[in-house]
Amino acid sequence: MTEQRKAVALISGGLDSLLAARVMMDQGVHVEGINFYTGFCVEGHTHAIREKDRARPKRNNALWVAEQLGIKLHIVDIIKEYMDVVINPQHGYGTHLNPCLDCKVFMVNKAREWIVEHDFDFIITGEVIGQRPMSQRKHAMTVVARNSGAGDRLVRPLCAQNLPPTLPEQKGWVDRDRMYGFSGRSRRPQMALAEKYGFEDYAQPAGGCCFLTDRQYSVKLEDLWKTRGRREYDVDDIMLLKVGRHLRPRADLKLIVGREEGENRFLEGYRKRFVHMLPASHVGPLVLLDGNTDANAIELAARLTARFSKGRDAGQVTVEINDRDGNSRMLAVRPMPADEIPADWYL
Amino acid sequence: MNTATIDARHLLCPLPVIRTQDAVAGCRPGEHLQVVCTDPGVMHDIPAWCRVHGHEVCAIERSDNEIMIEIQVGKAD
Repeated sequence: MTEQRKAVALISGGLDSLLAARVMMDQGVHVEGINFYTGFCVEGHTHAIREKDRARPKRNNALWVAEQLGIKLHIVDIIKEYMDVVINPQHGYGTHLNPCLDCKVFMVNKAREWIVEHDFDFIITGEVIGQRPMSQRKHAMTVVARNSGAGDRLVRPLCAQNLPPTLPEQKGWVDRDRMYGFSGRSRRPQMALAEKYGFEDYAQPAGGCCFLTDRQYSVKLEDLWKTRGRREYDVDDIMLLKVGRHLRPRADLKLIVGREEGENRFLEGYRKRFVHMLPASHVGPLVLLDGNTDANAIELAARLTARFSKGRDAGQVTVEINDRDGNSRMLAVRPMPADEIPADWYL
Repeated sequence: MNTATIDARHLLCPLPVIRTQDAVAGCRPGEHLQVVCTDPGVMHDIPAWCRVHGHEVCAIERSDNEIMIEIQVGKAD
């Protein structure tokens, strides 16, 4: 009896990895999924912190893919290890702070470690030659296989026919003729294959799954590094960059302003880490102060807090100021008029 | 049998799922776990994760700001 081969598929939650895993399952391979959480992943319900987004579907797309395929999904927290990829990418950044090629090398390497640990035979990805400008050029795909250490145990079923035969093909574990030769940016071949398999309602593919591809997010991360004088971050830093309105009125002071109730609730979780304020006389945002909180900074922040409250047109707003130890006091301020807030304060 | 509790409050998905996954890895079949969360995404994600791994969601309780999900660990592979 032929031994059933085992493979782990990198599952992003998009269409390509769904199809790649399914193509291998069709060949009798036992497939399990692996999904890496970098801290920068865009999840549907990350947006749903905001009240206005609560009607959006809140599913995790990688889990949805696993359910469609009927496979296990192992979600791996790589936040700490991933920092070096973001801070020192060997192959540089894409348009913003997205280190796509280094990211792919890193993830395939982690999958390689996983298959060794779990006695699996090979790795599956949904890559397609030419699909993305940085990490899926033909040369980049060679770099990923080599630099990750996966070598010929890395199978890309959607474009395998355009690449040299891998070990599973040479050994007869999988049939090259039952894989595909997709290339280029067109999504039509994938959509046709999805239709053949009966997959509907899959996540929108190609891009948009990582905050580092977002210009505004990258600006905020650059600002964080610049003001700290060193390129580093922790998990709370990168979560807070996803939430609220960020203003830097002074080089040594940043405000994170909740834009609505959902964000205010999320920011409440950080009350013990930051000096924070909220309007007492009017409805308004919770505001975290990051940096110098001397008397001038407090007054400036209180006037901005008042500006983003329902009392923005009032002559005076009372703002509650709380330190990290839980002590609070009140300060009455005049809300800052919109035309006194320079555009470059907004990050 | 004691029910262990995982504090996943103020974590955004998928971190509560990952914390659950790590805790389940140290449990025996039949044991119960409670996960306390604040991200409403867990209402979908933790049950989905349980379905693909063969664990049972015994209860989901939601208060104003917190969600508690109780899980019974399924059979090991």
